[in-house]
Amino acid sequence: MPSRAYLSIENLGVTFSPGAKASEVLRGVDLAVGRGEFISIIGHSGCGKSTLLNVVAGLLPVSMGAVILDNQAVEAPGPDRAVVFQNHSLLPWLSVYENVRLAVDKVFGRSRSRADRHDWTLENLALVQMTHAKDKKPAEISGGMKQRVGLARALAMEPKVLLLDEPFGALDALTRANLQDSVMEIHGKLKNTVMMITHDVDEAVLLSDRIVMMTNGPAASVGDIVTVDLPRPRRRIEVDATEAYVSARHSVIEFLYARHASFRPAA
Amino acid sequence: MSLPAWSHDQDPPPLVTPAPAPAAVLALPVRRPGLAAVAARARGVAGVVLPPVIALAAVLAVWQVLSSDGTGLPAPTTIWQDSRDLILDPFFDRGGVDKGLFWHALTSLQRVAIGFSFSAVVGVALGVLVGSSRFAHRALDPIFQVLRTVPPLAWLPISLAALHEANPSALFVIFITAIWPIIINTAVGVRNIPQDYVNVGRVLRLSPPEYFVTILLPAATPYIFTGLRIGVGMSWLAIVASEMLLGGVGVGFFIWDQYNSSRISDIVVALVWVGLVGFALDRLVALVGRIVSRGAAAE
Repeated sequence: MPSRAYLSIENLGVTFSPGAKASEVLRGVDLAVGRGEFISIIGHSGCGKSTLLNVVAGLLPVSMGAVILDNQAVEAPGPDRAVVFQNHSLLPWLSVYENVRLAVDKVFGRSRSRADRHDWTLENLALVQMTHAKDKKPAEISGGMKQRVGLARALAMEPKVLLLDEPFGALDALTRANLQDSVMEIHGKLKNTVMMITHDVDEAVLLSDRIVMMTNGPAASVGDIVTVDLPRPRRRIEVDATEAYVSARHSVIEFLYARHASFRPAA
Repeated sequence: MSLPAWSHDQDPPPLVTPAPAPAAVLALPVRRPGLAAVAARARGVAGVVLPPVIALAAVLAVWQVLSSDGTGLPAPTTIWQDSRDLILDPFFDRGGVDKGLFWHALTSLQRVAIGFSFSAVVGVALGVLVGSSRFAHRALDPIFQVLRTVPPLAWLPISLAALHEANPSALFVIFITAIWPIIINTAVGVRNIPQDYVNVGRVLRLSPPEYFVTILLPAATPYIFTGLRIGVGMSWLAIVASEMLLGGVGVGFFIWDQYNSSRISDIVVALVWVGLVGFALDRLVALVGRIVSRGAAAE
């Protein structure tokens, strides 16, 4: 029996204390993610799922417990936990190519030659089908394309775990479906370990091996985990009527809307 | 399918489409295609050029009428008679301070160039410091806020006392006048760097110098140039004023000198020069800013 999962979140607690008022966002979060696994985290707004991702990324400090990746505790941000941010966050003064190249140079500046880094940058742009726009500025491409470039930048770092923070939230339905297919294809090819934040039930079911459902905050934790028992590669037209898909979808919806319905406290 | 948009000041589109009128067949005159385009272009240019020309003519006309009694300010026609040489030949040099306005303006501009360069470098550096360190902000901001309200000329006696000479004092006055908007705007720019860009830098583990060059500077560039643009305008204000007190060559001194010789017409000509040069400086810095921050603001 393996001693510890590839990515292990153990009794994690996060408390923000701006000034004197402390607010506990996460309490006692336990989660074990296997290598190559695709995990979605779903929950109502404000349940702390973005906080969880930021802690794994190292962008926010841990108050209690630990995040352990490949037997090393996460203490600071690093390229082994590449993040695709919700609003792409490409640097607008750099071209598409330069945005990816910046990451490649930073991660492989010592270990690979200049020519190799150039090839690697192009390879990752090709992976997300953005080679055609490599010399454009982010302002000149569409929202979906920006997310593709953000994904290429993250993949180019060869992260141990790829963190997706509602990567398709701001996109229209068709573009989103397109990108989901690309992510599935890439995951099938590279077998990355992926942790994705989402609020879209279908997206979670289609993409994930397991769906982690968070209870409502404050002091949110893992409420339940649904395993999506669908073979890969998955194709959206073929899977969405299967029993496994429907039952996984139903479990998530039941959790979100019956057991942990969002409540809004007065004022 | 999209609906035709109409705004409130237009009539709503008719609910019943009127039957199309029978089309009349007209023999259109054969026109050379270029002509219409040239005419449209000329109309466009005239639309931009004519209004300021008309306004200028109106101002001059009112001025002419108001000052026709001969006392007080000279009328535009009087200025033309008195100062024709000065207007038509800005490049003469008869030695000493008896030079064309071009040379006076050039001297003033050189001073601005030196003083402003110093304030740009020091101002951006201090702005980055104040923008990125909370402690530096708390420590220095109150000092900046007080000092920036000191009028440029109030610095002159102090700088004369400290530096003993006229020219370095003038440079110092430019420096100290232009630096505040540069510091303040740079600091705002650095503080306003979107958290996403900061996070990108953290995930990539950029070292402080790398972060400075790849993220901080480009992200703050539009703000920095706003500060530089305000600063260059203020330094031009300061140089003209301080030259009046310091003497020598320079537009400010020229104005003061002509005042002492009661050549009011020459002063008016010099004022036009001061205005035009200041305008050119402003546009120059704005242009450089647009070139340098290409793309940075486009988000």
